[in-house]
Amino acid sequence: MSAALLKVSGLTMQFGGLVAVNGVNFQVQHNEVFAIIGPNGAGKTTVFNCVGGFYSPTAGEIMMDGQIITGLASHKVARHGLVRTFQNVRLFKQLTVLENLLVAQHTQVESRLLPGLLKLKSYCQSETDALTRAAQWLDFMGLRAYANRAAGNLAYGHQRRLEIARCMIAKPRLLMLDEPAAGLNPQEKRDLQSLIDQLRREFGVAVLLIEHDMSLVMGISDRILVMEHGRPITTGTPVEVRNDERVIKAYLGEE
Amino acid sequence: MVNNPLKNATLAAVLAVIMITPIFGLQLVRHGAHTNMETHWALVALAAALVFVFQLLRPWLAKPLQKLKAHLPTLPAAPAQGHKWAIVLLIAIAIVWPFFASRGVVDIATLVLIYIMLGLGLNIVVGFAGLLDLGFVGFYAVGAYTYALLHQWGGWGFWQALPCAGAMAAMFGFMLGFPVLRLRGDYLAIVTLGFGEIIRLLLINLSWLTGGPDGISGLPKPSVFGLEMARRASGEGARTFHEVMGWTFRNQDMVIYLYLTALMLALITLAISSRLIRMPVGRAWEALREDEIACRSLGLNPTRIKLSAFTLGARFAGLGGAFFAARQGMVNPESFTFIESALILAIVVLGGMGSQLGVILAAILLTVLPELAREFAEYRMLMFGLVMVLMMMWRPQGLLPMKRPHVELHS
Repeated sequence: MSAALLKVSGLTMQFGGLVAVNGVNFQVQHNEVFAIIGPNGAGKTTVFNCVGGFYSPTAGEIMMDGQIITGLASHKVARHGLVRTFQNVRLFKQLTVLENLLVAQHTQVESRLLPGLLKLKSYCQSETDALTRAAQWLDFMGLRAYANRAAGNLAYGHQRRLEIARCMIAKPRLLMLDEPAAGLNPQEKRDLQSLIDQLRREFGVAVLLIEHDMSLVMGISDRILVMEHGRPITTGTPVEVRNDERVIKAYLGEE
Repeated sequence: MVNNPLKNATLAAVLAVIMITPIFGLQLVRHGAHTNMETHWALVALAAALVFVFQLLRPWLAKPLQKLKAHLPTLPAAPAQGHKWAIVLLIAIAIVWPFFASRGVVDIATLVLIYIMLGLGLNIVVGFAGLLDLGFVGFYAVGAYTYALLHQWGGWGFWQALPCAGAMAAMFGFMLGFPVLRLRGDYLAIVTLGFGEIIRLLLINLSWLTGGPDGISGLPKPSVFGLEMARRASGEGARTFHEVMGWTFRNQDMVIYLYLTALMLALITLAISSRLIRMPVGRAWEALREDEIACRSLGLNPTRIKLSAFTLGARFAGLGGAFFAARQGMVNPESFTFIESALILAIVVLGGMGSQLGVILAAILLTVLPELAREFAEYRMLMFGLVMVLMMMWRPQGLLPMKRPHVELHS
């Protein structure tokens, strides 16, 4: 087994006097689905924001594939192969579905000014490639029919799928999903589960997941970190977590 | 009852009296050495009565108006990918017509073209990248003064100075970009507003360099391939364009030549900015306008995107400024007041943010209308406000809203 893809150690985040996250450690292996669960306000999204570079953690270290990324600006973190979705979908609403996917390919296309202004061959080729990749992902997600519509006009479930497609087209090594099942109906949840499974198998991406829907989490995760009040309670396989007394206590309260 | 029409109408009439009295009711008239105040109470009373009756009848008028509004023809959305031949034809017409038009009209058209250039430049910053810039005239001034100073201190001609003016304005855009990177919306607007004023005040106060409030004059008009376009050559032994070609010089020729130069610059601006919006950099601008956080999560560097928008937008203002200086033959800080920024912004908003066709249309409207209504020059700002209010009510997305999509996926 090679070294972990993402290694978070001693992560602590303080907002003034409030300790939102306190001493969280976990590792995500290559090609693993790793879930973070916990009651509301447990600090899951704060962990996400620290890992994604949106917050600079008070203490602790985050390593991606052996490189320290603690405190890097979020766009630099993304270039290390960590791309995330958001709890409330954040699409480029007035851009079309297709354009959303084109924007995300900015590292893969010819983005210098001169070749573009002069329509050089290299530029045209790179744009064609980008369109082809976008079309492939639209087919994969079943969104081809909506390609030329404004992203903001899609149905909610489609918006969620588009957001995941937009992440995947940026070729991440670790896909971070923040409550991807929120607001989806049961059928869409089952689709999401098979989608995540497929992404992992076909594209070899690791997934870091925050989710409240227990059937989804239990059905898909390799390992689960349970948090409460900013502290980690336990880490283990779904079966271990389900039978852990502290976890049951955190969710259901003490007798 | 809160919405009592009678109460409403009375209130409106009182407000009308308060507003109209200082403007029309009390007028200062000079009689030789004395200044007398004349009162026109009849006028005020008439206006108040009009307002009163209108407000009283408004509930009954509302219904037919609503119907009328529904029947009003809606402006067509910007046409889809224009036909190539139509564009060529339009350009050909734009080149040919000044030869058959009067001098005054061509002169106004030149002014329109300058505003088109400025509008398209600001459209990059405001329309594409969504960064509200109220100090755009600063870059215009930088371009104009770059040419003026290069001519004064280095004897440069218009065509040599033009790229420098663009580059200098771009550099100022870049410099402004840095401090405002963290700001958005209102805060950005205030800082850019300040920037425009700083530039103007610098131009006034650095009098050893810029000539202070008097500015710099005696700037030559653009030459034609190094040949002067004038009745007589200014230098000893120099030949004018007309002498070389063996034509006789008409005063009109200079005006037409300036128009054609402006047309060329405006077309270049249009061509470049419509390429840019279809390129990765343009997509990044729009993505930034839509959602900065999502941009960052995808690895797009917001700093670079904002700077590129400011820099490229300012460049066009710089080119426009240099041309403006050459056309006027002089520059002074008076030409670069805040009202100019407001006008350019109004062009972009009126046209439809991000819509290039709309910007062109709005530039024509906002430049030509005041010229046509010369007698109402005092009320220009009033009309401006009225047009803007009507716009917001009937067509908040602008005259010709931005056309989407730029790229389409065909099966």
